[in-house]
Amino acid sequence: MEAYIYDHVRTPRGKGRPDGALHEVTSVEMASQLLQALRDRNDLDTALLDDVILGMAQPVGEQGGVLARAAVLQAGYAQTVAGQQVHRFCASGLDAVSLIAAQVHSGMIQAGIGGGVESMSRTVMGYDSGAWTSDPAVAFHNYYAPQGIGADIIATLDGFSREDVDSFAVESQRKAAHAWKNGYFKNSIVPVKDILGEVLLDHDEHMRPGTTVESLAKLKPAFAGYGKGGFEAVAKAKYPQIEELNYVHHGGNSSGIVDGSGMVLVGSKEFGERAGLKPRARIRAYANIGSEPTIMLTAPGACSEKALKNAGMNRGDIDLWELNEAFASVVMRFQREMGVPDDKINVNGGAIAMGHPLGATGAMILGTVLDELERRDLQTGLITLCAANGLGTASIIERV
Amino acid sequence: MQNLKLETNADGFAILTLDAAGQTMNVVNDAFLADMEEATAKIAADDSIKGVILTSGKPAFMAGADLTQLVQGFGTLTKAQAYAFSQRATAMHRAIEQSGKPWVAAINGLALGGGFELALACHHRVLVDNPKALVGLPEVNVGLLPGSGGTVRLALLVGYKKALDLLLSGRSVGPAEALKLGIVDEVVPADKLIDTARAWLATGPDPVRPWDVKGWVPPQKKGLTVPEDSVAYMMAAGAIAQKGYNTPAPQAILSAVFEGQQLPFDKALSVEGKYFAKLLTDPVARNIIRTTFISKLAAEKGARRPAGVPKSEVKKLGVLGAGMMGAGIAFVSATAGIEVVLLDRDVPSAEKGKAYTAKAQAKLIEKGKLSQDKADAVLARITPTDDYALLEGCDMIVEAVFEDTAIKAETTRKAEAVIPSTAVFASNTSSLPISALATASKRPDQFIGIHFFSPVDRMGLVEVIVGKQTSKETLAKSLDFIAQLRKTPIVVNDSRGFYTSRVFRMFIFEGVAMLEDGVEPARIENAAKAAGFPIGPLALLDEVTMELPVKIVDEAARDSADTENKYTIERGMKVLGRMIELGRGSRKAGGGFYDYPATGSKHLWAGLAQEFPVSESQPDQEELKKRFLYSQANETAQTFEEGVLETPEDADLGAIYGWGFPAWTGGTLSYIDTVGIAAFVAESDRLARLYGPRFAPSAWLREKAAKGEGFYPAANQPAAKELTSA
Repeated sequence: MEAYIYDHVRTPRGKGRPDGALHEVTSVEMASQLLQALRDRNDLDTALLDDVILGMAQPVGEQGGVLARAAVLQAGYAQTVAGQQVHRFCASGLDAVSLIAAQVHSGMIQAGIGGGVESMSRTVMGYDSGAWTSDPAVAFHNYYAPQGIGADIIATLDGFSREDVDSFAVESQRKAAHAWKNGYFKNSIVPVKDILGEVLLDHDEHMRPGTTVESLAKLKPAFAGYGKGGFEAVAKAKYPQIEELNYVHHGGNSSGIVDGSGMVLVGSKEFGERAGLKPRARIRAYANIGSEPTIMLTAPGACSEKALKNAGMNRGDIDLWELNEAFASVVMRFQREMGVPDDKINVNGGAIAMGHPLGATGAMILGTVLDELERRDLQTGLITLCAANGLGTASIIERV
Repeated sequence: MQNLKLETNADGFAILTLDAAGQTMNVVNDAFLADMEEATAKIAADDSIKGVILTSGKPAFMAGADLTQLVQGFGTLTKAQAYAFSQRATAMHRAIEQSGKPWVAAINGLALGGGFELALACHHRVLVDNPKALVGLPEVNVGLLPGSGGTVRLALLVGYKKALDLLLSGRSVGPAEALKLGIVDEVVPADKLIDTARAWLATGPDPVRPWDVKGWVPPQKKGLTVPEDSVAYMMAAGAIAQKGYNTPAPQAILSAVFEGQQLPFDKALSVEGKYFAKLLTDPVARNIIRTTFISKLAAEKGARRPAGVPKSEVKKLGVLGAGMMGAGIAFVSATAGIEVVLLDRDVPSAEKGKAYTAKAQAKLIEKGKLSQDKADAVLARITPTDDYALLEGCDMIVEAVFEDTAIKAETTRKAEAVIPSTAVFASNTSSLPISALATASKRPDQFIGIHFFSPVDRMGLVEVIVGKQTSKETLAKSLDFIAQLRKTPIVVNDSRGFYTSRVFRMFIFEGVAMLEDGVEPARIENAAKAAGFPIGPLALLDEVTMELPVKIVDEAARDSADTENKYTIERGMKVLGRMIELGRGSRKAGGGFYDYPATGSKHLWAGLAQEFPVSESQPDQEELKKRFLYSQANETAQTFEEGVLETPEDADLGAIYGWGFPAWTGGTLSYIDTVGIAAFVAESDRLARLYGPRFAPSAWLREKAAKGEGFYPAANQPAAKELTSA
């Protein structure tokens, strides 16, 4: 049984701060508006759907309690549509799509929606801290260090200078601005509306077009404080070849803190026929993996290989690559490791420019790749994300 | 009750006085616990007692746990027995707290560790206003945690953040800070202490603690759902990484607080007790306590002093050579009240040596640690001169001239022409054999080596070297002199490099050998620090200069006929030779293994990779740590076998205080016992195969291993023998 992508949508990404345009919108409301958009633009009988799986990196507070189910009911979907939440940190959104696809592949369901939502302005990063960061019996012996330290470890080990990572960030901004200007995202963006039905935001609010290496040079390294507070000692315990940690990452070359949601409609061939929808791509393979947890950002290489193997494909079979820009060094290491040239990866910019609504990003960037494959008339795309504690996910799609 | 006095009064307020019979200090031990159990039961049952004032009959309130008892925990207690041991003290404290009567601790002096835990179990704490009355929970420093509710009650009292700062640093605080932190309730002058305590009791305080009231919620019941708390614990877990991964105490303390503050009070006490039991049965606590407390104190009290020699005192000291060492020796001796004649080849040189004291004193005065009057008196005791005649009447001479046999011989002859025939002549050489130097003396039985470490005023260790003809009177007088200086002596027999210089060289040469082997330099430095050394070998060589060890080794080769120990260097000389050739022999030379930019911190010289190419595959850190620890431990064993060292305590004190061998090991020989001698020999064989014969265990060590005989008696006992009482 094949699992096809019939449609995908995303919200614009609002600044994840109290003055961000989406701050007044609850997480469930963002998700609900996207569910309504998917229904309305496809004239979909929601009774044909079996399940909605949404991921979030902070599944507590307003994002807890199986938000997917609440959103299904809030959106006015048929009450028979089930709901589930997944938590695999930043991999959650893509993993949710994979889990829908896997259920279709297995014959367990006919169709469903996978995606994610994250209001970073309304939740607190660390709400869902857990034993791995904060129970001393766990964190100490597993050499936990904050993610930014991991990004700086990569830069130190691979010899990426501050200028290297800043140049990468400038490129992300340039590509994102170019894509927005030329309307590459417009078919997938669903503006978010307020209580009165007025549009609150219709574009990615976090971007800073015109960013230069010179303007970024003014920013102070963001993670030196963590390092000097003790985590440099953790890094050296794990990587004893490091003489001194090179602190190169900051807000301008790391993924932006934003609010947003993304969703992908996946179903069997039969579902498409019954719903009168034309498949746009099929999901060929997916994979999850664990990698070294102190850096915690290097899973995408091995995870991509695993997905390629599952698909019976080689690196050369992939037309476009998309790796979430958690930090500049993450993508730079991946390109070096996998031999991916600049013109084949994150071609429309990434989270450094547009932001990374943690649990939602995976679904968003899958959609970005599909739109771009269509625009360029290419066939295959591989989407991957690194996630906290060394996790990683990858998915391969192919146009039909 | 031998340790307590219970005095009842008409007002119903009893005074319970801690006063251990025949001791100068109150400590927590089995006898004390038994007395306290008896006293608390008696007090609880006596209706005429309405409240209790707990104070001490000694100058200090209570010093803490009896370390000689605790040191026996490892290898003799099972974890369950250690837990039961901790719970006995915990229950005693709980009995105070739940006696139904208010207890007030009238803390009349220092209260540390178990002493302060006792005060914390009382309902109110009044501390005497005296700068010597330090309070705190320093257990982390000995590899333990504050049991008996110390971690639980402190965190409840002042919040977990303030508590963690005190618990993880082991910092003790004086009255003003204690009051500000809230770990005591009142600070009053000594003569008001008991009255203040009584006045508090007279207010009729409620003796039921909040955590014993039904409905009480532990402060962190919400656990990690409170982001501020989870971030704080995350940061704390990162901060303790700076203490390294060799000692388990910091993590156990952090976990005891983290878990304890989420639990009902008695469950929290139980969890704390379990962490305590883990630490008590871990060799690290045993190692630290045995060497840095028990052996150190014993050495300072004369453990190695020959019996039957009357006690002596140095009133007038001659220091020959006013260089860095001589100047330092003059400073500490004058500070100890000794008249010092500081002699050098000319008066300006001697005066420069005296100026060192003035300079060091100025820093102390600035910090408020020394008064101008006292400083002036000390300085007046130092007489700089170039005239040997002024040495007349000296009880002792410490020669600290250039490390050259001929110069030393001449100095010896000139001094002996003047000094009394009873005077001891000591050489402060760091490596020249004493017996050879003694040939220049007309009284070789009064000739001895007293090896101070640099800087003399900060390094507590003194290595005493007994020459072939040195008499026991001379040794006793030397140890009496060192006791006057309040330093820690070890006693070794004569050999090139003695003990400390000989084994220390293994540290630096192992580092250089690694470089020769193609190990990345940062890995070498990090491994040394990860093992617990204060500084990496390459950084250290930059400081001491690479010429110094080369010179010592060359000299040893030249004089090799003189001594049994050839002081050879297996690996690394080539690296040092090359660095010197490149003009990079030290920091002084403008840069060595490191570059020293005018701004910013030093960093490893980029040219190292060119000179000493790194191998493609790099060893893991554990292997490098082992190379450092094993090469020094094996050399120490050999030194012991040769009879240069006579006791394991000397070996371990010398290692920790002489050159910074990691304290968690307990020292070089304690490390062998910790690994287990059989395992040590087997692993040494492997290392010898891979890296060279310096790791090879001797036949003697092999035989010891075959017999299962460690260096300390405890290491020979089977682990976890059954206790008669639990």
